[in-house]
Amino acid sequence: MELLLILVMGLLYAGGIYFILRRSMVKLLLGIMLLGSATNILIFVLGAIVKAKPPIIGSMHEVLDNSFADPVPQALILTAIVISFALTAFAIVLLKRVYALLETDDLDNLNTPEEEDI
Amino acid sequence: MIGNLILAPVFIHLVIAVLQLTAWRKTLTQRILSVGGALAALITAISLFTHVYNNGTVTVNASNWQAPFGIVFVADLLGSTMVLLTSIAGFAVSLFSATGLSRQRMLYGYFPIFHFLLMGLNGAFLTGDIFNLYVWFEVIIISSFVLMTLGGRKTQLEGALKYMSMNILASMFFLTGIGILYGMTGSLNMADLATKMNDVQNRSLVGITSIFFILGFGIKSAVFPLYFWLPSSYHTPPSAVAATFGGLLTKVGIYAMLRVHSLIFVPDDFTKKLLMVIAVLTILTGSFGAITKTNIRRLFSYLIVCHIGFMMGGIAMFTKVALMGTVFYLIHDIMVKTNMFLIAGVIMQQRGAMSIEKLGGLYKEYPKISLLIAVVLFSLVGIPPLSGFWPKIFLFKESFATHQYFFIAALIIGSLVTLYVIAKLWAEVFWKDTPPGIQVDNKFEAFPFYRKLLLVLPIGILALVTVYIGLNAEAIIQVAERISDELLDTSSYINAVFKN
Repeated sequence: MELLLILVMGLLYAGGIYFILRRSMVKLLLGIMLLGSATNILIFVLGAIVKAKPPIIGSMHEVLDNSFADPVPQALILTAIVISFALTAFAIVLLKRVYALLETDDLDNLNTPEEEDI
Repeated sequence: MIGNLILAPVFIHLVIAVLQLTAWRKTLTQRILSVGGALAALITAISLFTHVYNNGTVTVNASNWQAPFGIVFVADLLGSTMVLLTSIAGFAVSLFSATGLSRQRMLYGYFPIFHFLLMGLNGAFLTGDIFNLYVWFEVIIISSFVLMTLGGRKTQLEGALKYMSMNILASMFFLTGIGILYGMTGSLNMADLATKMNDVQNRSLVGITSIFFILGFGIKSAVFPLYFWLPSSYHTPPSAVAATFGGLLTKVGIYAMLRVHSLIFVPDDFTKKLLMVIAVLTILTGSFGAITKTNIRRLFSYLIVCHIGFMMGGIAMFTKVALMGTVFYLIHDIMVKTNMFLIAGVIMQQRGAMSIEKLGGLYKEYPKISLLIAVVLFSLVGIPPLSGFWPKIFLFKESFATHQYFFIAALIIGSLVTLYVIAKLWAEVFWKDTPPGIQVDNKFEAFPFYRKLLLVLPIGILALVTVYIGLNAEAIIQVAERISDELLDTSSYINAVFKN
């Protein structure tokens, strides 16, 4: 399980880095999204994965015993997902506006000289 | 009770922003709320600072969870100083925005977002939890994206795209670092991490993790190979927005670097050398960039980069005197850089242009305002009694003591170029007559007196603070000395968090 996740994570990082090095704005965004997912999986793997051991204290016990799934990384990932959702939504709208104004997808064309109002 | 005081600077801005959202499209209500809220935040920040200065570090546990398990907010001297500076700058920018911004931008929610940004900044300075710091960073960047794109001009959107992609990438590096840190130690509390880091066996992994943090904070604070987003985006938004960005956002990166490197990754020789190389190259590239620019705001953007290098150099040496220099420079830089962009805003209102070829004759027309601006420019350059001069003494002294001769050369070049650029600016914009054939679009002259006052008053307030820092340098040096002591010996921070 861990090995599989690590392989997926590596693929996502590789794909993300490949995409952000491209010139297209859409691919830049896709790359950033892939990197975000890769980071989430990284945090998940680092929280030590155990199978079917929820962190619930039984009625007989005072504290958790044996090994159990660490809930903190999952809380972290949840937060990170929500944040990256908001950022991605904003980024898509921004890309759409830039595309509507410039009619180009090429990042190298984003160099309109200063027009000087305000 | 004192715990509530720590969170007050955060919550005041939150409440103000929510109230302003209910007053959507009522710009007058929003303006009054904004100035009033910023003033209230300033007063609480002053009382928090005096409390921390007199009684030492204070903490509050969120929902009363004990220290390493819950989120803890810590107001140590560095954090509360930063909150105080943010509040002063926030108050000045809020006053300036009340008249210095087009009505369209106010209608589409400039003020609520501005207060969310200030909330994020205060939260970042006060939190004692590394993941919480990440969340505050996200609050800051998403507010700054909105502020940067508000108005929707072509150049603005282009700048925002570069700004956005680099900042999201920086957050990703930061988050990756946090993930590995949690995997190594099982903790997110910075004080707890400080005690647990020494027990980690795999030192090379610690080194790699610290590189993730340097990358993340390096992009945010705009250091040498990672700064290109800054000069290509900071000149695009309106001046009030640029003032907040230029004064505060890059300095959050420096603050985070100071915090993380003092508590979690105490710099070893490799990190010190790396940071020093970065610092020298940042100063050089920033100053060379500033020479070539003729647009005032682009020029200021490069000066931001150049002066970030001064602070990085102090962190790179990581001795008491060097950190004093960094902290003092940070205090000076937030005040002056905010003011520089506000000045650019006033020049924009008076002349309708930002390129120095099209500007001129300001001294003849507005001698009093020009003299006020001169004070700010002098302190940026570091003319002796003013604020820019004192931190440089510490940086020079310590780089001689630690034999960092490249850094001394960079400091001299950086200061000289700042002097040259500012002298050029003064001669071209203020002393030179308006070039013939240029149509001057002077909106400022037609303003009623109260609007002129509201535009110039924030510059006056910040200039006054700058003069105070310069003339009463002894008090600031004492604060800087205590902060650098706390940074080098973190036991007071750790004890305050764990309450023992």
